[in-house]
Amino acid sequence: MDSEELRRLIAPHAHEIGGPVSALRTIQHKDGWIDDDAVDAVADVFNLSRAEVRGLVGFYSDFRTTPPATHVLKVCQAEACQSVGARELTRSLSDRLGVALGSMSPDRRFALEAVYCLGLCTHGPAMMVDGELVVGADVVADRVLEELEPRAKAAAG
Amino acid sequence: MSERAYVPRESVALALGAEEVAGAMAVAGTQVTRNGSRGLLWAEPLVEIERDGRRTAFGPVGVDDVDRLAARELGDVDDLLAGQRRVIFGNCGAYEPTSLDAYMAHGGFGIPLADPESIIDEVRSAGLRGYGGAGFPAGIKWQAAADTHADQKYIVANADEGDSGTFADRLIMEGDPFLLIEGMRLAGHAIGATRGVIYLRSEYPVAAAVLAEALLNARAGGLLGDGFGIDLFVGAGAYICGEATSLLESLEGRRGEVRVKPPPMAVAGLYGKPTVVNNVMTLCAVPWIMRHGGAAYAELGVGRSTGTMPFQLAGNVKRGGLYELEFGVTLGELVEHWGGGTRSGRPVRAVQVGGPLGAYLTPQHFDVPMTYEALREIGADIGHGGVVVFDDSVDMAEQARYAFEFCAHESCGKCTPCRIGSVRGAELMEQIIHDGAHADRLVVLDDLCAVMEGSSLCAMGSMTPKPVRSALAHFPEDFGLPAEGWSRCD
Repeated sequence: MDSEELRRLIAPHAHEIGGPVSALRTIQHKDGWIDDDAVDAVADVFNLSRAEVRGLVGFYSDFRTTPPATHVLKVCQAEACQSVGARELTRSLSDRLGVALGSMSPDRRFALEAVYCLGLCTHGPAMMVDGELVVGADVVADRVLEELEPRAKAAAG
Repeated sequence: MSERAYVPRESVALALGAEEVAGAMAVAGTQVTRNGSRGLLWAEPLVEIERDGRRTAFGPVGVDDVDRLAARELGDVDDLLAGQRRVIFGNCGAYEPTSLDAYMAHGGFGIPLADPESIIDEVRSAGLRGYGGAGFPAGIKWQAAADTHADQKYIVANADEGDSGTFADRLIMEGDPFLLIEGMRLAGHAIGATRGVIYLRSEYPVAAAVLAEALLNARAGGLLGDGFGIDLFVGAGAYICGEATSLLESLEGRRGEVRVKPPPMAVAGLYGKPTVVNNVMTLCAVPWIMRHGGAAYAELGVGRSTGTMPFQLAGNVKRGGLYELEFGVTLGELVEHWGGGTRSGRPVRAVQVGGPLGAYLTPQHFDVPMTYEALREIGADIGHGGVVVFDDSVDMAEQARYAFEFCAHESCGKCTPCRIGSVRGAELMEQIIHDGAHADRLVVLDDLCAVMEGSSLCAMGSMTPKPVRSALAHFPEDFGLPAEGWSRCD
């Protein structure tokens, strides 16, 4: 993203409560990740050091410093989901996608990430797949992956 | 005969296809209103059909059930909620969440913003305590902020509901968002705040959309903006930001690191100005208290645990959902009567009360009344009212290891006992699990817990030992110890 575009995205947050975090969120929403130019631009607008902005990016787990995978599967690792098989689901997804929790496949098609509670604790194990909430994920995992596959192929092709 | 269907616009219902159900009903010619959830999440998507002013519930309803709803009939909605004491959730599910007209038709925003002192008096006489976990009296917090003179004060709704097994804030924000707005308006008026902020976690995208819409409608309706506005801030994935001082750090554009107190936030909070940070539930109880009087709220509950708690039954439970009941209901009534036991059908073995920093209890504790006081007596805490059920397949040593791991993942890093202790604790539990619970390891574990409890700045570090110690005390066999457990003798 060029610096003018970055400034345009940051501007509405310049005087907001919580502005720096919201600005980073807006940039990531548009770009998928936070690159060095984005860090510089946020630092500049909010009169922060680069280190401070990098500190934010590192602290909040939503932010990423590398481009995201085509599909991001966030699997809940918290207690309510543990009680109904979150560990087994995570292992099974990890095996099937060939991706360890917290990493991304070499072809960048899938990333498997931990999330700690989506508030869907009556219908675990729960996931967030490309931003969509999924409940009873152990039962519907096959269908979810099948739906993602053709899309992933289309995107690659 | 006119007929209207209500289909929730709530996260669980949506994940289970409520959008498609609503679409199919509309195509079939039924008038459809999107409401909030009644909290009976086990039956979502729960469709209500209104005929002649009475509502009948059907659920769970999939797209294929739309043509033959009768097979899914659950009965009269009021009957389904019978036995609960709904103070906060009284209207949740009754109407379209973002309709200001509907909220006002049910008495919303009917309380005049009178003398600030009288609002604080009612809250104090209600005995209202913070629903975020600490249970601190709201009236005292408010009084301190009201008594501090400043050109700017803030009221902050803590909607960073990160505890696993809790979703009460999410349900009210998705189902009755104006209640939070009204509560914040009353609280803001009471303390003299001109600005409010809702700190919402990013894991709640549906709540974010509903709240944003409700705030727009409240502004358009003239309820916000004239001397008091509310900003919605969405977090970025940090459990620790549910801790009030790290939440303020986050709002000020920094890493969410816990602050040293004093000064209290009521004196120097957001940007150094007097600030009250209240849990969503606390603020949502205020309109009812103002409408019915503090004394009416104080009549509910037991002893100093006045009022109701929206209990959330989660995990391996048959009828998971939200049940708002007076304080004092027993743990066993919650799990067995309201929850119907485990979803797997196997015996209940452990119940974690109060989120990831809460104690693991057993069916032997089923007669314990759910009050702040009774739970503290057995080394537990009511927290935000979350109850997570585990069946007999659970490995409690693994749960103890996870408690440290979670703390290591979410610690803000400000103080050493939490930052380092959690990592050491997870390592220690690895050793215990794979190489046995030798006495020297248990002594170190005990010491580590004591250091974390005694010298952490906030509850993250000081309460992580709760699940660990309770797991060890109540389930020694999972640690490879004899049934009588282990006691230190050095």
